[in-house]
Formats: sequence, C-alpha cells, structure tokens
Amino acid sequence: MSINQSGWRPEMTPERRSDNATFTGNRALMLEEPLIFEIGATDTTGVEVAEPMKVASKLGNLARSAPIGLPGLSEPETVRHYTRLSRQNYAIDLGLFPLGSCTMKHNPRLNEKMARLPGFADIHPLQPVDTVQGALGVINELAVWLIKLTGMHGVAMTPKAGAHGELCGILCIKAALEAKGEGHRKVILVPESAHGTNPATAAFAGYSVEDIPATAEGRVDLAALKARLGPDVAGVMITNPNTCGLFERDMKAISDAVHAAGGYVYCDGANFNAIVGRVRPGDLGVDAMHINLHKTFSTPHGGGGPGSGPVVLSEALSPYGPLPFTERHGDGHITLVEEETVGDRHPDSFGRMCAFHGQMGMFTRALTYILSHGADGLRQVAEDSVLNANYILRSLENTLNAPFADSGPCMHEAIFSDDGLPDGFSTIDIAKGLIDEGYHPMTMYFPLVVHGAMLVEPTETESKAALDQFIGALRSVAERAKAGDEALKSAPHFAPRRRLDETLAARKPVLVWKDPALAEAAE
Amino acid sequence: MRYLPLTQPDREAMLSVIGASSIDDLFVDVPAEARLDGPIRDLPMHASELAVERHMTALARKNLSAGEAPFFLGCGAYRHHVPASVDHLIQRGEFLTAYTPYQPEIAQGTLQMLFEFQTQVARLLGTDVANASMYDGSTACWEAIGMARRITKRAKAVLSGGLHPHYVSVAKTMAKYTGDSLDTSPPVLTADTDIDALIASIDDDTSCVVVQYPDILGRVADLQPLADACHAKKALLIAVVTEPVALGALKSPGEMDADIVVGEGQSIGVGLQFGGPYVGLMGCKDKYIRQMPGRFCGETVDAEGKRGFVLTLSTREQHIRREKATSNICTNSGLCALAFSIHMTLLGEAGLRALAATNHAQAVSAAERLAQVPGVELVNDSFFNEFTLKLSQEARPVVRALADKGILAGVSLGRLYPGEDALANGLVVAVTETTTQEDVETLASALQEALA
Repeated sequence: MSINQSGWRPEMTPERRSDNATFTGNRALMLEEPLIFEIGATDTTGVEVAEPMKVASKLGNLARSAPIGLPGLSEPETVRHYTRLSRQNYAIDLGLFPLGSCTMKHNPRLNEKMARLPGFADIHPLQPVDTVQGALGVINELAVWLIKLTGMHGVAMTPKAGAHGELCGILCIKAALEAKGEGHRKVILVPESAHGTNPATAAFAGYSVEDIPATAEGRVDLAALKARLGPDVAGVMITNPNTCGLFERDMKAISDAVHAAGGYVYCDGANFNAIVGRVRPGDLGVDAMHINLHKTFSTPHGGGGPGSGPVVLSEALSPYGPLPFTERHGDGHITLVEEETVGDRHPDSFGRMCAFHGQMGMFTRALTYILSHGADGLRQVAEDSVLNANYILRSLENTLNAPFADSGPCMHEAIFSDDGLPDGFSTIDIAKGLIDEGYHPMTMYFPLVVHGAMLVEPTETESKAALDQFIGALRSVAERAKAGDEALKSAPHFAPRRRLDETLAARKPVLVWKDPALAEAAE
Repeated sequence: MRYLPLTQPDREAMLSVIGASSIDDLFVDVPAEARLDGPIRDLPMHASELAVERHMTALARKNLSAGEAPFFLGCGAYRHHVPASVDHLIQRGEFLTAYTPYQPEIAQGTLQMLFEFQTQVARLLGTDVANASMYDGSTACWEAIGMARRITKRAKAVLSGGLHPHYVSVAKTMAKYTGDSLDTSPPVLTADTDIDALIASIDDDTSCVVVQYPDILGRVADLQPLADACHAKKALLIAVVTEPVALGALKSPGEMDADIVVGEGQSIGVGLQFGGPYVGLMGCKDKYIRQMPGRFCGETVDAEGKRGFVLTLSTREQHIRREKATSNICTNSGLCALAFSIHMTLLGEAGLRALAATNHAQAVSAAERLAQVPGVELVNDSFFNEFTLKLSQEARPVVRALADKGILAGVSLGRLYPGEDALANGLVVAVTETTTQEDVETLASALQEALA
C-alpha cells in the first residue's frame, strides 16, 4: 500500500472531480485531510512509556480483553494531521471576527504564557491551602477587580461558562427568596431582547418564564414590565447592553420597580465590554450579573470553549453564593471556604456548582489581561468598542436596513436586517458571501426580535483600516444581493467546503466514525 | 495600551463620520447618575508586559507545584505526562482563537476534530455515541441524572457511596431545584464496594443508579450485575469515570451494559490547572441520543458531495430553545477536547494500554511499599492507579504536616467528608507514570516519621 507524505492512503480519496481534479484531492495549499481512523493504526503510537514493573494485577478480574479501537499516529504524523486541520478554520488571528454578542477580540499571548507557569498549571485543586496561596491570590485579586468594576458586593467565581453563571445567579435569587419566606414567587420575566439562554436558565431552575415585549426602538417596554410585576414575580433577567446593541436607558427604573415589587434583577453581562470602566451595573440596581471572562477579558474561545462565568452579586444576594470561595485575612493569608471549613459561617450558600474552584486557567488569563489594561485601559476598551460599532453602523446604514439606527447610539454591536433585499435573498446569502471575501460572517438571525437579523460586533481590537476593509466587503456583498447576483446564493465558492447539508446531518445523524467495510458487512 | 490599535486621529475621524462631537455622545443613553467620569479610583493603571509578567510570576512562585514535590494527589484530577506537541498544537491560533463552529464551511478543522473526539470517547467509554464534551465530569454527571429523569420519567436517583463527594454535592445542589430526590450515603472504609447495597435499593421509582468506576477509594467492581438489576426495574445505569487512563487496562462501563457513561477527561492531554478548565466526557446508547445534552458534530456532505462536518441536533439546545431547553449546557469545552483528542491520537490504543499498564504496576508497587509502614493499612483489594490507606491517626493533619516538608501526600478523606468520623483516617493516594520510586520512598519515610 502506498502512503503519501501525510500518511494518507490514495484509495480513500473522496470521489475525484472531473474539473480541476488533482490526484490527491488537494489544491496546492488547500489540503484535504482524512480522519485519524483512516490513517492511524491501533499498534502505532507517538509516545514512549516506561516498561511496567512485574507485579500481580489488582484489577479485580476486570482486565480489559476487548480491543478499544483507538488508532494512533506517530508524533510527526500527529503534528501534521492537526496542523492541516487547523488550516481549515477561520480564527481571530486571521482577521476580523464580527460576531455580535459573541465578542471575538484579539487574544494576547501573554495571557497564555502566564497560564502555563508551572505554579498555576501544575497544581492540584485539593492541595493543602498553604501550598496554593498564589493561586488563591489570583482568584482573590480577580474577584476584587470584578467587584470594583461592577460596583457590586461579592462574586461567585466557580461557574464554568456564561450559561452556568446565569444558573448560579438565578439559584442565588431563589435561595434568597426562600430564605425570606417568598418561595412562592415562581415567575421570571425575560424581555424579548435578552439572550436565548436566559429563559432556558430560568425554566431550568424551575421558574415559569414570561416574555416582556420590546418597544419599537428595541428596548424593554417599561410600562409592560411594570404592569406585570406582582407578588408572584421572582425577578427579571435582562441583558444590558441588550442584544439589539442598545443600552437599556430605563435600567434604574426597571430595578427600582422590580425591587419595590419584591423581586430581584439579574443582568446578563455578556456585553460588559461595552461599558466596562464607564458604567457600574451595581449603580443601576443590578443584583446579579455573570461576566463571560472569555468575552470581556479576552480568554480565547478555543473553537467552542472553555468559557468562564463568574457572577457578581449585590449585598442582598452575596450570602447565597456557591461553595467554594476564598477569604482573605488581615495578614494576607487566604483561606478556602468549602464543605470542610464552611461550618456555620455561611449557612445560606446554595451549595456547590462544580467539582473544584472553577476555571482557574481562565482566571489567570483574565487577570493578566486586566492588569495589562488597568483601570484606564479598560475604560478605553469600552470607548473603542462602542466607537467601532457606531462607525460600522453609520458607514453601512445606507446600504443595509438598520432597524434601530434612530434609537440612539449603538453600544458594542450594530444590527442590520435583510429588509430591502430582493426576493429570494436573505441574511444567509450575505453571510456566505462574506466567507468568500475572507471574513467570518456576523451573527445571523439573532436577536429574534429582528427579522433576518445581522448582528455585527467589531470589538475594540480592530484598527480603522481593518474596519474600512470590512465595511467595503460587506457593502460589496450587500450590493451584489440587491442587484440579484445569483452566484451569491451558492456561496461560499472559495472555502474548503461549499454549503454543507445540515438537514441531512440532523435527519440521519452520523456522530461517530464506523469502518465502512464493517458497516457494509453488518447491513 | 498595546492591544488597542486606534490612534487619536483615527478616533477623531471616526467620530466625525458618526456625527458625534465626542465619545461621551455615544454614551448618552446611560443615565447621568451612573456615568463614571474617569477611571475607577483605587485600581491600578495599565502596566507593561514585563511588569505584568513579574507580578504573575511572583504569584505563581507562592504555589508548590506538583513538579517540585513528591506528588500523590488524585480524587478526580490526575497528573500525567503530556507530550510537548499537545500544548504546541492547541496553541495554533486557528484552533486557539476560533469561535464555536457555527459556520461549518470555514470551521472544518474544529468540526473534524470534534467528530474524531466523539468517536474516540465513545470507543473508550464503550458507548455507541458520545457528545463533543461537557464543562467537566461533575456537571456531566448531574446532566446525566437529568437525562435519566427525562428518559424514565422518574425522579429518584440512587448515588453510590463511592461517587466523588463533590459530584454528589453538585447533584444535591441541582436536585433542590429540579425536584430529583437523591439517595446518597458516604463510602465505607473497606475493600468491599457498595454494589450489593445499590442493587437492593433499586425500586420502581428509581430513574438511575450512579456508580463511579474506579470509585473514590480507588476500588473497581463488575458493573454487569448492577446493570442487569437496573434494567430489570427499567432504571438506567450511569457510570462515572474520573480517571479515563484506567480504561486502557479495565473493561469499559459500556461493555458492562451501562446506559450512560460520563467522565472527567482531564487526565488525557489537559493539565491539573488547579481544577479547571477540564473536559467532561459523555457517551450513551444510540437510543438515547435525542435526550443527551451538549454539542454534537455530525458527518454530512457539501454542495459538491464532499464529506464535511456540521454541528447538529441543536434543537435541544439552550441557545436556541429558550424555555424549552433540556440542559444548562450552552457550549462545550472545545480546546480541552482538542487537547484530549491530540493526546489520545499520540497514544493510540497501544500507547494507552502501555500507559495504563505502567500506571497500574507502579501503583501496585507503591501500595505494597506504603502498606509496610507501621500504622498504615491498605484498604483496597482492587484498584487501578489510586488506592486508600487507613492511617493509625487522622489523615488531615498528617497531610498538612507532610506538605510543610514539601511532600504532597494525597487527599485526606477528612477534607472530602468533613464530619464523617469513620473516614477521618483515610488517605487516598494516586500514583502515575510521573511518580518515581524515590518519591514513594520519600513518602514512606515521611509517613513513618509522622505516625511514629
């Protein structure tokens, strides 16, 4: 069997195309890469392990006898496999990533370097606390920054992602209500302009969810909210700045009304980068808010995570936060409050959300980023992200329909819609056309309150030149759609793959690789 | 402010395009009383790369890292050697700085990796399918209990005493709000596992039995009889693996007919990192796919008929379903899944089996040596690379005293089970390929001294 330089076997090539076909299926630097199951072998390994000592097995008669079916590759083949795969990805290191509400910004490599210091990367979560004072110091220092930047009273550090943070905040609200004998409050109000995860979280914590409509200008309808408040309402979950890219002007009035009615205010802090250093949510009456460290404080998204979602809490909710947490004493020593040490000091904690201390590796990265920017730099972050978003909004409002262009300045993101495109053209065509221009598309079809939404968030780490080129590209694609350019409907044309059949994937799910020879024999 | 590329002339030019006279005009919607007029006081200003590096390095130095000490901690987080190429490859910007692969045409790298990861995990756990990772083992375990509730329409979960106490805590927290009732008990410090007791506690209200393999004391048990007993009552068996390297040496839970298998994948490719980020593994039988939380990558074809991959079955998910979502999962642990998958590819079956054999042999040898220390008794008959010692006195102060000498001796059961006096003398010791004979000797002498 002949094997080419990557270990790829020619007879396994995808069907050869007649036009511009190559023997390998590659096209110069655009490389096809088979699966490890097609090129690896179960007796191949890229590691060397010490020979085991001769001892009597203690596996309790459960030694594995069946093969596992895990192919291995040598180290050079492994490096090549994953390097080739990496080249099939768009990433912030390659260019502007205008995903609204997802906040893809430059990821400084100093963050990575610091997270890999052995003193952080090579310590165990259950080491005696005296041996991890530096790690607890990171948690504590980051906690202080988060509290001061948000004007809040406490922070729960352990939630592992934004949605996990939302759940943490809602559980704090629930615990606080139960402690007050108000456990009968079963309704959480969620404005239409909130993130889709918000109602999911509230429902998951056992609440019934009621929508509050948005006004024509894209903000919470304060009158509708006030009208719905009552003794059955536990609280409101609001996203501010909201998913229409707008600041909720009535935030303080909303908080006051919710508090007067006996409820609590949860704020989705996913878009905190637009206001950090300029507005403290605590000053607006927020009781709980999660902060997506990966968004605001630039920990890399990694193709889907990990995230990290600490939750800042008002004085009213702080006693109910989850275990474990840190306590800094007068002499600088930091102790850990967990099941072992909690005793009767924090009887109201609602419990534990995950096995250990949360996303320590993310804390290290976020603190590194925060210290690099400082209080002055973080304020500049908010200013530049808002400036960049408004520059995009005003530069394109005559090209694409901008539904909230008259609702005041946008915050971190600008929203457009497919209104005004000819029949048969929609947001997806604009998005896929942008791929051919070398961009990751903006967020599509979100928020739900805008038909055919296109949510563009440039972030603060783009230069004016980068914005100008992106504006030019988006304008060009939009003009092509308006002119009825049919080629747009089958875009992308130049990506490693053309439009993928998502319906087929959902109808006949193939979620693991099966040897085609064996699969055929089984049929 | 080296991360911000706009110059002052850029900002002025952009403001004029916008038609604003100053940046403050862009914040007019913020109520005046909530607008800060300058940087928040009593927080430091921006700092150079050198200065930040010094500060962080000083904090890192205050920790005793595993590499600096004879190190024996496990209980849900394990220290293994990670080949250099793993960390190199996950730091490639196209992986590190990519988003969730919602635009599949330009995310095939991440998607193909996730498809490979799902297949590797399913084969390792012995399940038909696996998802594209969860936050970690403890949250995956709780999500599995919720999944069993949806499948069986019953709400009583029976948790083994051998299940990691933090996993039990997470499940208890969540059960308070989801209405599950949990039948829990602490482990008993004997060589026997609690399989018989678990079988006896299954009834017609039981949604699932959750059992850890190997368990918190390191013991292993044949899960087949438990699976049979569950299935006889139409309940599900959920197996939890916190040390996946063990499955290179042990029968997989799927082979013993577990319905859902969850795990903590940290051992393979992901370092200790003081507890996170880690990578949750989750696999199940085919018939339960649509009740399974988390992301899935699926194979499909593109408009030219070429094989490609997409995220699929997302109609279950939190970011789409609003109040109808079935789990708290909104993303996966993509980069950690990548690290797991690369390390697993480097190992291959041959490497994983060799690694497991070495772990087991070194653990057996260490257990025998430590059991010779006066005042130390080995609890386990069976184990993989982690076992429990019963000391002649409370283990917690011993662990602390040894830490003062620079030895990280293991996890005291007193820390994990405060208030359970019967467990206070227990010390859980993990031994991996990174542990040397010299480390074991150092621990043995230090224990001898401490217990004398």
